[in-house]
Amino acid sequence: MQNAIEVKNVTIKFNMAKEKVDSIKEYILKFIKKQLFFEEFTALNNVSFDVKKGEVFGIIGLNGCGKSTILKIISGIYSPSKGSVKVNGSIAPLIELGAGFDMDLTARENIYLNGSVLGYSKNYIDSKFDEIVDFTELHQFIDVPMKNYSSGMVARIGFAIATITDPDILIVDEILSVGDFLFQQKCEQRINELMKNGTTILIVSHSIDQIKRLCNRVMWLKAGQVVKIGETQEICNEYSHTTK
Amino acid sequence: MDYIKEKINDFFKYRFLLYNLISREIKVKYRRSILGILWSVLNPLFTMIVISMVFSRIFRFNVENFNVYFLTGSVIFSFMSDATTSSISSIIGSGALIKKVYMPKYIFPLEKTTFALVNLGFSLIAVLIVILFSSVKVGFSALLFTVPILYCYVFSLGISLALAALTVRFRDIQHLYSVIVTTWMYLTPVIYPASAIEGKLFKVMKFNPMYYYVTYFREVIMYNHVPDFNFNLICIGFSLSSLIIGTIIFKKKQKTFILYI
Repeated sequence: MQNAIEVKNVTIKFNMAKEKVDSIKEYILKFIKKQLFFEEFTALNNVSFDVKKGEVFGIIGLNGCGKSTILKIISGIYSPSKGSVKVNGSIAPLIELGAGFDMDLTARENIYLNGSVLGYSKNYIDSKFDEIVDFTELHQFIDVPMKNYSSGMVARIGFAIATITDPDILIVDEILSVGDFLFQQKCEQRINELMKNGTTILIVSHSIDQIKRLCNRVMWLKAGQVVKIGETQEICNEYSHTTK
Repeated sequence: MDYIKEKINDFFKYRFLLYNLISREIKVKYRRSILGILWSVLNPLFTMIVISMVFSRIFRFNVENFNVYFLTGSVIFSFMSDATTSSISSIIGSGALIKKVYMPKYIFPLEKTTFALVNLGFSLIAVLIVILFSSVKVGFSALLFTVPILYCYVFSLGISLALAALTVRFRDIQHLYSVIVTTWMYLTPVIYPASAIEGKLFKVMKFNPMYYYVTYFREVIMYNHVPDFNFNLICIGFSLSSLIIGTIIFKKKQKTFILYI
């Protein structure tokens, strides 16, 4: 079977300037003093893994171990300093819901704006518009500027737009923690639906229960390095032991 | 070849985003103002009234139809300066978006430049109104008014791409650029006639692309005269070199944007 995602020897380094060098004068001064490029922070070190088509793959680890960074590399937001990433198929990133919402615009306008941010065409959004609104259950607020929305309502709109396609790969970063429990159930239902249709899913979560419930395989990251990749139960048990 | 094909496909995929970003900008800019989009017509009109009062009473230049002369020059120059000035911070301003979703990043300076073009469209209504009240005889060559605008658009896009990319790294540029634009305006015959400049300074003007675009626009609209082949060649030369240099700089820098926004 073909792999949906192939990550090979990926390393990413950030220049961790204590203070950002934002002006030419500072740049020249620091360059002369040779203070530039000094502190490099390796967020990911030689990470390799494959995700098979149709698999639900979880990533666990403590805060700051590089979970979100790897998701951002896969979705093309960062480019790795070394190594390569190969992605087969379309990606729907649920990294931060509602990226690019303009709070001055109404929800209706934002659905079009956010849809186009994700690369959908006008006709496509037109045809899915009712479905999106139905999913959010926010019919009577659809022409209200979004600055008047609660954060839960914003998240609903974001989730509905991002999952309206049947993407080949869905990337989920710790987003199921928003909204009330009914909506969370609804989100998980939608993810299950996508799983049945053969979508490959990549999940980052701190909720071990959720990982156990959803994932086939799990990768455990620690300080930018892979500790282990393997069966969900085994890795999760080991992970919860060491952290205690 | 495949690379170019991929880029073109990418552009078509995201053209609806471009459209949406522009329409958002128009909506947000005029929301809650009573006259709304009419301001885009009124603004250049008011500026023209002030300038022509100053320059027909205090400093006198021997220009026929000074109102039209000034307005034609000013709308073209403002178009370039609006486009580039708003593009400068376009990447930094979209940081929140760029950090979360993948999309072609040139879309932001492209959007700002195109938004300035839309505004220019409204300003042209002001030009039309002033022409109707003047003694300018508009001929058939006026139909070519889109040609200098197109040249100027391509030129501005190149500058915008370069500035937007460089400003991500060095924020000084946005402060410096406002001085540059002011100087640039005085080096371009917007308020004064080109003939008022003599000697060495006129040689400097020969290297000012805006001189050509402004002159071209006036020639077709006010003097019913189509600039010759060489003049067109110079315009195209400036536009394309700007676009090519801008694209190269942008392409080189865009991978590092994420580290500095």
